[in-house]
Amino acid sequence: MRAICPECEAEITLPEGTVEGEILTCPDCAAELEVVSIDPPELALAPEVEEDWGE
Amino acid sequence: MRVGVLCSRIRVEEKLLFAELERRGIAYERIDDDDVIFDLNEGRYEYDVVLERSIHHSRALYALKVFNDAGVPTVNTASVADICGDKFKTTQALIRAGVPTPRTRMAFTPESALRAIEDLGYPVVLKPAIGSWGRLIAKVNDREAAEALLEHKQILGSYHHSIFYIQEYIPKPHHRDIRAFVVGDECICAIYRTSEHWITNTARGGQAGVCPVTPGLADLCVSAAYAVGGGVVAIDVLEAPDGRLLVNEVNYTMEFRNSIAPTGVDIPARIIDYTLDVARKG
Repeated sequence: MRAICPECEAEITLPEGTVEGEILTCPDCAAELEVVSIDPPELALAPEVEEDWGE
Repeated sequence: MRVGVLCSRIRVEEKLLFAELERRGIAYERIDDDDVIFDLNEGRYEYDVVLERSIHHSRALYALKVFNDAGVPTVNTASVADICGDKFKTTQALIRAGVPTPRTRMAFTPESALRAIEDLGYPVVLKPAIGSWGRLIAKVNDREAAEALLEHKQILGSYHHSIFYIQEYIPKPHHRDIRAFVVGDECICAIYRTSEHWITNTARGGQAGVCPVTPGLADLCVSAAYAVGGGVVAIDVLEAPDGRLLVNEVNYTMEFRNSIAPTGVDIPARIIDYTLDVARKG
C-alpha cells in the first residue's frame, strides 16, 4: 500500500498491519502523519499535541 | 461479549491491545473520539465493557461518565479518570488513604504560592494540576526563578495555570524513579526510568530497565491504586534518599510499550484479562 506525504509529496509505503488512526513519520521530510484512511490509503498531517493529551 | 475500545490516536499500545483481542477471537468495536456522538437523552450503549484508551483527558472523562451512567462498566471508571487526571485530586486521594506521597501545597495567587514555596523550601516542583508526559513541570531552585515562573504562569497561562500545585523536590541519587503497573489487586511489574535529566518520563527520553517488585513496592502500589478507585493504573514512585518510597502520580490510561521487553510481562494480555473480567462481573 502506497500513499503520498501531504507535506513533501514523497511516496510512502504503509507497513503491513497499518491501521486507521495510526501515526507515521515521513522518511523524507520527518513530518508526523496520521493514517486517515486505509482503502484508499490516505495520509494527513497529524494534529499538534494538545494541552490535555497524555496518559 | 461486546467490547468497545474508546480511542483517538492508535499508538503502539492500542495496536497491541487490538492484537490481543483478535488473538482471543473477541469482537471489538473501535469508538473513535473524533467521530463519536453521545445522545445524552436517548443513548443506548450495547457494550459489556468499554476499554478507554483516548489520548484526550477531557474526552475520556466525559465519555466514561456517559458509559458508567448508562450502566456500562469501563476500564477505568469515570471516577478513576477524574481523580488520576488531576494531580490535586490524586494527591488528596493518596493522603486520605494514608499512602506516602511528597509534601504538597496548593495556592491560588502568585503571592500565596511564593509563600507556600518558601515554606516548603527550595527546590520545589511546580506542576499544572492537569497535564502529562512531564509537560510544563518546573523545578524551582530559588526565589528569583519562583517569582519569574509564577508571573509567567499567571500572565501567559490559561486560568487553570493559576491553580498553583507545589511539591517538595525529591532528589534522585540514582537518577531514576519507578513506574509500577497495577492490574486489579496485583502489581504485575515495574521498571526503573533512568535519565540524567530530573524528568525521567520515557516519553521524554528516560531509559527503561527492570525493577524488582518487592513486597513493599507491591503493597505501596496496590494501596495507591485502591486509593484512586482501582483498575488498570501505572504508579510513579520516587525513592527518597532516606529510603522511603513515595507515590508521585497515578496514570489511568497508561502507556506501556517500553515496559514489556525489560519486564518480560505481557502487559496487554493482562489488561485484556482484567477488562474481560470486568465485563463478566457486569
